[in-house]
Amino acid sequence: MLQTSPATRTEARPDENQTSTLTAYRWMILARVLEEKLASLYRGGKITGGVFLGKGQEALSAAIGTALRKGDIFAPLIRDMAGRLAFGESVLEAARTYLGSRLGPMRGRDGNIHRGKPRDGYYAMISHLGAMVSTVTGGLFARRARGETGVVGATCIGDGATSTGSFHEGLNMAAVEKLPLVVIVANNQYAYSTPTARQYACEDLVQRAAGYGVAGYKIDGTDPSACVEVVHEAVARARAGSGPQMVVADLLRLVGHGEHDDFHYMNHALKLAPIGRDCLDVAREQLIASGDATRAQLDTMRNQAAAEVESACGTALREALPNPSEEDWCALSTRRLSEGGQQ
Amino acid sequence: MFQNQTATTAQTGTITYLEAIRAAQRKLLAEDERVFIYGQDIADFGGAFKATKGLAKEFPGRVIDSPISEDAQVGLAIGAALEGMRPIVEMQFADFSTCGLTQILQHAATMFWRTGVPCPIVVRLPSGGTAGAGPFHSQSMEALYAHYPGIVVMTPATVEDAYTMLLEAVEIDDPVIFCEHKYLYYHLKADGLPDVALPTGKARIARAGRDATIVTYSAMVHESIACAEELAAEGWEIEVVDLRSVKPLDTDTILGSVARTGRLLAVGEAFPWGGVTAEVLARIATEGFGLLDAPPMRLNAKDTPVPYHPNLWGTHRPTARTITSAMRDLLRS
Repeated sequence: MLQTSPATRTEARPDENQTSTLTAYRWMILARVLEEKLASLYRGGKITGGVFLGKGQEALSAAIGTALRKGDIFAPLIRDMAGRLAFGESVLEAARTYLGSRLGPMRGRDGNIHRGKPRDGYYAMISHLGAMVSTVTGGLFARRARGETGVVGATCIGDGATSTGSFHEGLNMAAVEKLPLVVIVANNQYAYSTPTARQYACEDLVQRAAGYGVAGYKIDGTDPSACVEVVHEAVARARAGSGPQMVVADLLRLVGHGEHDDFHYMNHALKLAPIGRDCLDVAREQLIASGDATRAQLDTMRNQAAAEVESACGTALREALPNPSEEDWCALSTRRLSEGGQQ
Repeated sequence: MFQNQTATTAQTGTITYLEAIRAAQRKLLAEDERVFIYGQDIADFGGAFKATKGLAKEFPGRVIDSPISEDAQVGLAIGAALEGMRPIVEMQFADFSTCGLTQILQHAATMFWRTGVPCPIVVRLPSGGTAGAGPFHSQSMEALYAHYPGIVVMTPATVEDAYTMLLEAVEIDDPVIFCEHKYLYYHLKADGLPDVALPTGKARIARAGRDATIVTYSAMVHESIACAEELAAEGWEIEVVDLRSVKPLDTDTILGSVARTGRLLAVGEAFPWGGVTAEVLARIATEGFGLLDAPPMRLNAKDTPVPYHPNLWGTHRPTARTITSAMRDLLRS
């Protein structure tokens, strides 16, 4: 009845064994290495605009990225490089967006984290926080109307976004419509510079789940195996028809809001507490202790990630930049209704 | 006794402007499986103005009551549109669409340009003033939406346009703001609904004339025609241009009319600062200055919130009487 867009991912992602911490680690380390490279390029003046890192949030982000399947809907937020890669974005497309390549999915019209490919179910966030909650809900609404079952939609937000009206409206609507939405809340202790005490007054954000009539989960966001286990369970329940799910992960943003921000306001007690652990370090310990990987294997993964990142960034750096004289200055797809030529 | 009542637009006919909107939605639901309507109190209740009366029963599951969440209503429509649907969002009153501005202006309107994927949503705004409605149930918001790139803004003035333009709105691959006038809902009637129409983007000469041009849209078309009728008794022939859509704005038709008449009065029900009438004057001043025999004029509502009491409301917005007064000044200048 409806035209479906073909899901054409630029890079096939493994569909098997997605549930393991080792699989998550692959995306975590790839995201970390890529973001370190982007930060370096930013400091070197190669990137115009902001660079926003997910350092400290890779475990949570990879957990949702690996829990989703091809055909699902994903609307990541600022610190979800790991989840984006796990969902199917290529390193090259991420690099192209940051570096302004005209071959990137946003063609220089938008940059950094505001990227996506809606036809692949990979929605492009806007900067207005909470907006994607109802948007993913709408995508799921359409899938249900078409008779599709077993689809899940997920979006990621931070503690700051839980204070927006859009978050409230969207999650309430998803619950009223009983749609398979999974909301991943990275409670990373700061919204830009604002600490959680100035953001909310409830004891714990997960308490809000009950208020919306959705299932709530609380996890330690620095614990990769816990992130994978719980997020995958939430996604499985949504897929099975249990309605919206909300996962709240406590963790610490290990860097400033963006690379322009020195994070001088950070409370060092948090950094020294368990919440300040680096989830990549924890993942390594867990994988080695469980025998799922050796130190050498993990080092090899890092080296492979570095090679992939170097190659992609090198390619993107050599590509042509957007050209204003070749730009189609038309905001409507219906050209006859455009006023672009008026000025 | 109330003062300055609006021009009588009641016509003989069997189909009202509101019924035309309902008929368009029924046709869309019947013929296009991608269409659904999402809004407050629109299912069994049929909507605050009954624009969807009976449709929920006729099309089960496709005319759906929403929580009072304008932001999320539009967000849901955007997501559904990305997945191939053709959603219509009914705002209960245009005024409440401010609660959905982020999703409309920042998200829907930027979608195609940013991602290359069209965002075909229609947001219906019951617009404009009626006596007693007050500051929060009377607003005309077309200028605010038209300011942003990436949106089509329709302002139908006739029963026929209310019908055909809503059909076209759903066909268009871009976000459409459909400003339907609440006063016209019940007061405007036609004998039937047309099969063909001017395409959106083309203005209509609602009344031909040679002495001066009034450029207007929506309910003000009827106030302006009443003005033209009054002045016709004195021998003046006033041309009335109905813009039909304010974005795109049919500059060519306005230029053509001003070329014939040499005089321009732009009339709008919205607030005066900036807006559609200012845009019309700016375009004629820059593209058709040499056509003008007198300084162009504009007439809008006053620069205050829309008042509640009919005595104040009738003076707040332009009426046939104030348009006629402005036109007399223009004809003398």
